[in-house]
Order: sequence, then structure tokens, then C-alpha cells
Amino acid sequence: MAKKKEKNGSKSVYGPGPKEQQVESHTLAVLVDNEPGVLARVIGLFSGRGYNIESLTVAEVDHEQNLSRITIVSIGTPIDIEQIKNQLERLVPVHSVFDLTVEGPHVERELALVKVISSGDKRIEALRIADIFRARVVDSSLESFIFEVTGTSEKIEAFIELMRPLGLANIGRTGVAAMMRGPVVLGKIGVK
Amino acid sequence: MMTDTKAKETATKATPKDNKMTGAEIVIQALIDQGVEVIFGYPGGAVLPIYDAIFKQKKIKHVLVRHEQGAVHAAEGYARSTGKPGVVLVTSGPGATNAVTGLTDAMLDSIPVVCITGQVPTFLIGTDAFQEADTTGITRHCTKHNYLVKDPNNLADVMHEAFHVSTTGRPGPVVIDLPKDVQFAEGIYKTKDQAALHMYQPQLKPDMNKIEAAVEMIANAKKPIFYTGGGIINSGPKACKLLTEFVQMLGYPITSTLMGLGCYPMTDKQHLGMLGMHGTYEANLAMHDCDVMINIGARFDDRVTGALNKFSPNSKKIHIDVDPSSINKNVLVDLGIISDAGEAIQAMMDVWKKKKYKVDESALRSWWGEIEEWRDVKCLTYKNSDAIIKPQYALERLQHFLQKDKREHFITTEVGQHQMWAAQFLPFDKPNRWMTSGGLGTMGYGLPAAIGTQMGNPDGLVIDVAGEASILMNIQEMSTAVQYRLPVKIFILNNQWMGMVRQWQELLHGERYSESYTESLPDFVKLAEAYGGIGLRAQTPGELDDVIQEMMTTDKVTIVDVNVDQKENCFPMIPSGKGHNEMILAADAEKFDKKLV
Repeated sequence: MAKKKEKNGSKSVYGPGPKEQQVESHTLAVLVDNEPGVLARVIGLFSGRGYNIESLTVAEVDHEQNLSRITIVSIGTPIDIEQIKNQLERLVPVHSVFDLTVEGPHVERELALVKVISSGDKRIEALRIADIFRARVVDSSLESFIFEVTGTSEKIEAFIELMRPLGLANIGRTGVAAMMRGPVVLGKIGVK
Repeated sequence: MMTDTKAKETATKATPKDNKMTGAEIVIQALIDQGVEVIFGYPGGAVLPIYDAIFKQKKIKHVLVRHEQGAVHAAEGYARSTGKPGVVLVTSGPGATNAVTGLTDAMLDSIPVVCITGQVPTFLIGTDAFQEADTTGITRHCTKHNYLVKDPNNLADVMHEAFHVSTTGRPGPVVIDLPKDVQFAEGIYKTKDQAALHMYQPQLKPDMNKIEAAVEMIANAKKPIFYTGGGIINSGPKACKLLTEFVQMLGYPITSTLMGLGCYPMTDKQHLGMLGMHGTYEANLAMHDCDVMINIGARFDDRVTGALNKFSPNSKKIHIDVDPSSINKNVLVDLGIISDAGEAIQAMMDVWKKKKYKVDESALRSWWGEIEEWRDVKCLTYKNSDAIIKPQYALERLQHFLQKDKREHFITTEVGQHQMWAAQFLPFDKPNRWMTSGGLGTMGYGLPAAIGTQMGNPDGLVIDVAGEASILMNIQEMSTAVQYRLPVKIFILNNQWMGMVRQWQELLHGERYSESYTESLPDFVKLAEAYGGIGLRAQTPGELDDVIQEMMTTDKVTIVDVNVDQKENCFPMIPSGKGHNEMILAADAEKFDKKLV
């Protein structure tokens, strides 16, 4: 598992920083008012306070109530993650923050477009692997394919690694979208 | 944002003819509706319509400052001393950027300030127009919230919401950026009651299960201490009264942070003085050795905790704060309670009485025995002199004459050694009497804050305890004080050095005094006179009393230039990276290992 580096502050007016600590990855779902600047507020909070963003997706989810859902994957110590959640909740346009990793079992999906340029055996092998990963061919020319692959981030990583020796040229990824399993509802999207 | 029913109500309440106004008029009307009496500002091209609206009315007084930073600090002084939000009006571009330091200061010290900034017309935004700055972008991190209003019909809602956000929960600064064309355009005005209700409703009442758990911990404590901060003062005089009642009922010791001074009468024997880097020996040792710590409205700032791994190692910690993100941010606590300070103290008192808890008297007696031993160290002792004025002595004499004076007195400070000495030597028995820049440590805060304080308390005696370096950072506000006949006193402890910088260089940087001596200081007596104020000077201890007495009677802004010992250091002190029990007292300063840090 990744470790957080010790901050060096022994000769400063602030004293030494914390020791190395275990960090973990959490997926946060944030419901926000869809107003100008709201995304800047959220990501500015991450940069301003030194938190990490691994993945970020955002789109309007309720046109009538003017709400957007931001899904953020962040890594940090459990205390960092709790702080991130508390700090996000302080922002005025933020309605609610859910730490899906803590809330319980949830589904995470990501979509990627992967361009592969190759010929001969490599081209056939790329197609065969795409089939195994249930990736769809969304564009084809005589020397290239674009595959559309969806799944967990790990699955997409695996697909990309396999494509690398087979002529991988470009990757476009959406970032993670996530949702709780079962009838659990977070927020009141589309409910009057 | 408005629901349909709300819109219908609005339509029936007032006829459209009545409430159609220009954006500038909406701003002024909303300020009047919010009970604003005074605003601090500086005009410029992008706010001229609002200044025009100010000209046409008599209900709101405008104070013309000499620099926008001064406007925000004045609003902070006004807010901190009156409990009401401070209001600032500045122009676009440089007006807004000059206000940024003040806004950040208000952010870190949780002071309610509403700042209206002019902006270039909407059609010019993004074109690098004259005096254009991305104000909402620049102030995003130094405000609690900010707005850019592009439609005059939203303006009334935003104005009222800004006051709500600024004053509710943990207070803070809010910026409303207002393009000039929106100030000219007409829109519908809504009163405070008609404005859309906002979702920003922070939790103010505590979870009663947690309060019961807290009271049980408090009742079972053998070595308790109350660690109180600015959150209690922000909660209001009622919270301070409740706290005093509760703590006196228990007989437990209490200490306060720099921002919390005055929330409990400091001349009372249960109060141990300020804690932290330059706090008292008894307060810091009691924090270190306690078994139950009750933190109300303080935030475990690094100047308070010292080294976190050595911070109060054997205590159970209760933390009551209105801002959930303060809890477990720096120090992991055993019980975090999200609540307004006053509500939580009331709830704890009710539970205590209902469950008929009793204090463990014998344990408390032996705890006080320990504390009295620390107190007997008399950590604030200094070596006085007949020939040269010691800064501590100057403040003791000031306190002597303050006690004799019948007026309510208010102290503001700049930042540095004089600020810490003022916190150590001037005890406050009431809240809202002490205005200082705690979180941001902004040199130049004191004079404009004193101006705002005097505006809010015309009959009060307002004194800015200053250093000669800090005062020069906003000295131009002398002119404001003269214009509005504000008899603010500026008590400069003049040692010709940036004292705190010099102290750190002496103790921690091998006595290499890099750029901390101020050459070419002005003659402060002549400077005061040049502005139209009064200048006084004390050079020897013998002159001090007369000068202070004369200062107390002046009716104009007065600078008192007190020439103090250049070498005096501020003790006690916790060096960085050290715990509360590793304080340096003045007595062993010579033994201080300068390679420690």
C-alpha cells in the first residue's frame, strides 16, 4: 500500500511534521448546486489544502432542481478523508457528501476509449483481447481501431496494459462514476 | 431558486411599482433592512452608482478609509466589538485585491464581514478591462463564500443570503462582486422576509446523547481544564455569561486562547491566563497534565498545541465546535460535539443539574494545589529598570490607568511582541473588548480595527497597543481617524526592531539580525501632528505616568511613542517542536539552548 511521505519541518517555526502513515483510496459522491464556479470551489479546496484527486467526474443529474453530482476518488489517511468530507460540506453550494467506501458496497464504473494502431498478427490479437474484455469497436480503419471499454478502473488498467505492446496510441478515460448497491438512495435526485 | 408558492407570496405582498429599483438602490435598501448603520469603503469607477445611492440617503453612514485593507480591518474591529457584521464597499481591480489581506484575516479569525466589490460591466468581464480582476476567483479561498451577481433580479436574494451565510454557524467574510451595469439596471427588490430561504443551515444544537456523555466525563474528572476560544465570543455575550456561570459552579480551572480572551473574567482566580506559545506557565502545565480537557470554541491551533505528539498526553478530550471540519483536524478527540458554544454550555448545565452530578471536591483540591504551585513560579515576572522603560512595565501602567477610567475600554493590537505582552498584561473581564489578528497575524491590523471599534462604540476608550514596525503598515488611517474625529489612542511600544523577528533571530538563528532593525523611523510625535492628531513621547520610566494620563484625556487621535528596552524578549515561550511542559521562562532564557530548533 502507498505511504504518505514524512513532511520535513524540523528547523521551522512549525515543528516536525507527522510520521509516515498508511493511505487508502475512497470514492466520494458530492451533490452540488449546478452554478458557475462550483467545480472550481471543489477542486480548489483539494489543491488549497493539499489533498489528492485520483479521478473526478461531474455532470448535471437533475435539471429541474439544478443539481450536479461530482464523483471524486481521493487517496489519503482516514483522517485526511474525514477532513476532506468535512471541508466539502462547509462549501455553501454543496448539499451533501457521501463517502461510498464507508457507506457500504457500491458499484464503480469507468469508460475508456482506446486507440490501437497496428497490422497483421498484432491487429488480430488486439481484436481477440477486446472480445475477452467485451470492448466494442467504435471506429475502424485499415490500420487502426478505437475500442470502447467499460468496467472498474482495474479492468480498464488491465486492458490498457494488454494493448500497450499491440500498438496502443491514445487513451481517453471518463473517470469513475459510482453508486450504492441495493435500494439505498443518496440525496433526493428526481424525487419531488 | 424560488419556489412557486414563495413567488406568489412575494407578488401579493408588494406591488411591482414599489419594489423596482436600480441595483445600486437594492444594495443600499438591503443594507438598511439588515440593520447596517455604518460601512467602511473607498470609491472608484466600478462602484460609483452605489456611491451615488449612498449620497441620496441618510440612514447609513459611510466611513472613508485611506486604503482598502484598512476598510476590512475597520469592519472587523466594528464586528468584533459590537457583535454585528461589518460591511465593506470597495471598487473593482485594485480595490478588491487590496481588500484580500483583510478578508483572509477575517476568514482565519471567523469574523462576520460582508464585502461588496465593484466589477467591470458584465460585457467586459474577461477582456482584461481597465481595473478588472477576477475577484470571485481571487477571493474564493479567503472567503466563507462569494458571489458574482449578473442579474439585478437576483441581487436582493444574494444580499440577504450573504448576511445569513456570513453570520450563521462559524462566521466569516462573504464577498459580493457586482458588475457596474448590474448596479445601473433595474430589478425587483425583496425584503429580508421575502428573500428566498437558503439551504445553508448549519447544525447549531448539540446531540444530547453526546452532551450527556460529556457531562459524565466532566463530572468524573480529577484534573479538569476548560480550554476556551473565540467561538464563545462569536456565539455572543449570553454564551460568555453561561460559560462563567457553569465554570464557577464547577470550580474548575479555565484558560483561554488569544481569540478567546474575555469570554470569562480574567481577573477571576479560576482563570489561568492565556495558553499557548507565549501563554502562562500555569495554563500550559495544566493543559499538559489534565485528565479531562473541555475545548469549547477553540481549534487546536499550532501556536496553542506546540508539538502534537507531546500535547496533553494523558487526557480525554471533549471538543465543542460549530464547524465540523475543526473536529479531529489537528488533534484527535475522544468526544466531538457539533454545536453553537452557547447552546452546548446551556445543555451541559441543564444535564448537570438534572442528573445532580457532584464535583469530586478532594481531587479538585489537590489539582488546584498543583496549579497554585505552578502559579507561584510567577512566569510573567520581568526585571524592571529605573533608567529604561520595560515594555511590560508600560503595559502595567496602562492597565493601572485603565482601571481608574470609567469608560468601557477596548484594546486592539498590531502583531508581534507587543501583541503577546498585551495579551499577558492586560486582563479582560468582558467579551468583545479585545480585537487582535490571531490566525493570520496581520501587521497593520490594529489602527484600522481601532477606528472600526470606535465607530461602533462612540463613548468607549479605544487603544491600539502597537509596535513601531506594525503601525507603519497602515499609518495612513491616521487621516481617517482625524476626519471622523475618532479619539483613538495609539500606544506604541517602540523598540526600533521588528521585535518578534529579532527575538527569533536571537534565540534560533545565531543572533544574525537579518533585516529586522528599522532604520530611519519617523518622528512619531511630529507624524501625529502632521496628520492633525496629538503626539506624546515617554523616554524614561519617570515620564510614563504623566504621558499615559494625558493620553487618556485627549479628544483627538493620539500617538504615544513609548521608547522601550530594545533587547527585551517575550517570555514565557514554548519553542517550536516542544511540548507544553518544556516552556522557557524568562529566568532561564540565558540557559536556552539556541541549537534546539
